[in-house]
Amino acid sequence: MKRFWGFVVKEFFHIFRDYRTLLILFGMPAVQLMLFGFVLTNEIKDARIAVLDLSKDETTRKLTEKITSSGYFLLDRNLSSFNQIEPAFREGNIKMVIVFGKDFEKKLKKENAAKVQLIGDASDPNTANILVNYASGILNSSLLTMNAGQIPLQILPETRMLYNPELKGVYMFVPGLMAMLMILISALMTSISITKEKETGTMELLLASPLRPAQIIIGKVFPYVFLAFIDACVILLLANLVFGVPLAGSVFLLLLETLLYIIMALSLGILVSTVTNSQQIAMMVSLMALMLPTILLSGFIFPIANMPQIMQWLCAVMPPKYYIIIIKGIMLQGNGLAFLWRETLVLVGFTTIFILLSIKNFKTRLA
Amino acid sequence: MTMPENIIIVKDLVKKFGNFTANDHLTFEVKKGEIFGFLGANGAGKTTAIRILCGLSYPTSGILTVAGYDIYSQRELIKKNIGYMSQKFSLYEDLTVFENIRFYAGIYGLSKKEIEERSERLLERLDLQTARNKLIADIPLGWKQKLALSVAIIHDPKIVFLDEPTGGVDPITRRQFWDMIFETARNGITVFVTTHYMDEAEYCDRVSIMVDGRIAALDTPANLKEQFHVASMNDVFLRLARSKVTTEE
Repeated sequence: MKRFWGFVVKEFFHIFRDYRTLLILFGMPAVQLMLFGFVLTNEIKDARIAVLDLSKDETTRKLTEKITSSGYFLLDRNLSSFNQIEPAFREGNIKMVIVFGKDFEKKLKKENAAKVQLIGDASDPNTANILVNYASGILNSSLLTMNAGQIPLQILPETRMLYNPELKGVYMFVPGLMAMLMILISALMTSISITKEKETGTMELLLASPLRPAQIIIGKVFPYVFLAFIDACVILLLANLVFGVPLAGSVFLLLLETLLYIIMALSLGILVSTVTNSQQIAMMVSLMALMLPTILLSGFIFPIANMPQIMQWLCAVMPPKYYIIIIKGIMLQGNGLAFLWRETLVLVGFTTIFILLSIKNFKTRLA
Repeated sequence: MTMPENIIIVKDLVKKFGNFTANDHLTFEVKKGEIFGFLGANGAGKTTAIRILCGLSYPTSGILTVAGYDIYSQRELIKKNIGYMSQKFSLYEDLTVFENIRFYAGIYGLSKKEIEERSERLLERLDLQTARNKLIADIPLGWKQKLALSVAIIHDPKIVFLDEPTGGVDPITRRQFWDMIFETARNGITVFVTTHYMDEAEYCDRVSIMVDGRIAALDTPANLKEQFHVASMNDVFLRLARSKVTTEE
């Protein structure tokens, strides 16, 4: 045991002597969270629009006012003909044009239908989509209030967004970011630190010493469990205090699941280091095989349900997917283990498989 | 009885990687306290054999005893009684001289007091007291090499395995390093050393020369030179290597 602690102490020296590692370990979570929280947001504010009002009556004036006073849109200019639409987009400031058809009010009253055209700048498809949705939402609701009482039967849907009423992007990003950073720190850092020992030849010395292989591996990963765990706490605190992400469920369960995920990522890192001998390859494998899938295939940014079937199967073998489900469940919905035991079991399963594979690889290498 | 006991006994060691036979029925003994040179060209199977003896790899077949322990069933005991120095000198560049000593002494289970005492003695002997708190990355290669050997024997092993310990250093440093090896042997530690510098073979008590996975010759340098009627170990080696070429053709 004393030997083992000497080993752990040495490992901490390595980490603290290398300011770049330290920077990655503690700078990255904060920076990433700020980036995702403040910059990468889907919310729209003050998008510049133009209005082509061919009717110019009371109703269209009111509707325009509603839209521009919503906070999402800023009226950049009024257009007077269709030919002005394209040049307006080309200039680049305008994100959307609203066209009110002729005799808007009259038609609305007589025929109960009038034409509004929303033209989005789809060179940026996401923004265009969101803008058009926002605008049609505002148009619909204001038309309904204006016409109240005039249409005999109507359905008034009342929407409520559960668990994230303001549809804040950061609610989504915090779980994803946790999944990504834990993989990065745990898998990438351990695989690099183990392959580094192989590169410098110190691994041979360690293996020739009375330390058992298990002690060597645990000694190498132990500091990273500790650091990754601290990082997880930092992210959670920042998310809660700065961005107001709720913590609806049990913090204890959240930390426990995080620990499980960290151990899963570490065993993955160990597995990577049993198949490579150089730090560069370990880094490439970790980045390409772990980071990209974590970002793309875990449901972090792109919803899995919208993917083609094959991609969905691929997503099913991505451990971060399950972790994201778990922590979203705990943080936003306040779920307990009763709802999350399946995902938890999957993570335990992954961990076991990675460890067994690592042991197998390790033995073949020694034989 | 003045016959020294055999500290390493290898009988019919075979190591195969798939179809390739790296060690083909090696049989030799190393006597306690001697400097045993393990020679051969690159790829002759030296490193494979030394890895097996250090417990880093399993043999395919054969009977092996190191420091009196069986290589199959008593590996942990073997590991406690041997030291190992690899050709890369293998110290941690981002740790200081003292931290490296403390770490290696620590993994061999030395107590805190022993570590303090031995590292002071070691630094004094190597004249490295001033470099005690310097990072390994900042000290010259020759110092690293001496330090690596000292660290490999800090726990007083019965045998120390040196795998090409003099690669990449200048002749004077090499000579100084061999003085350290002599001193190690005088202190009763058996030295098992691989090298491909034939002048170094002259310093060994006995040498074995490996060619293509087999031991082609094994004796004292003097006897080998006499047997092949040549003046230097280099010529002995060339004779053996050439006979290999002719048999192949």
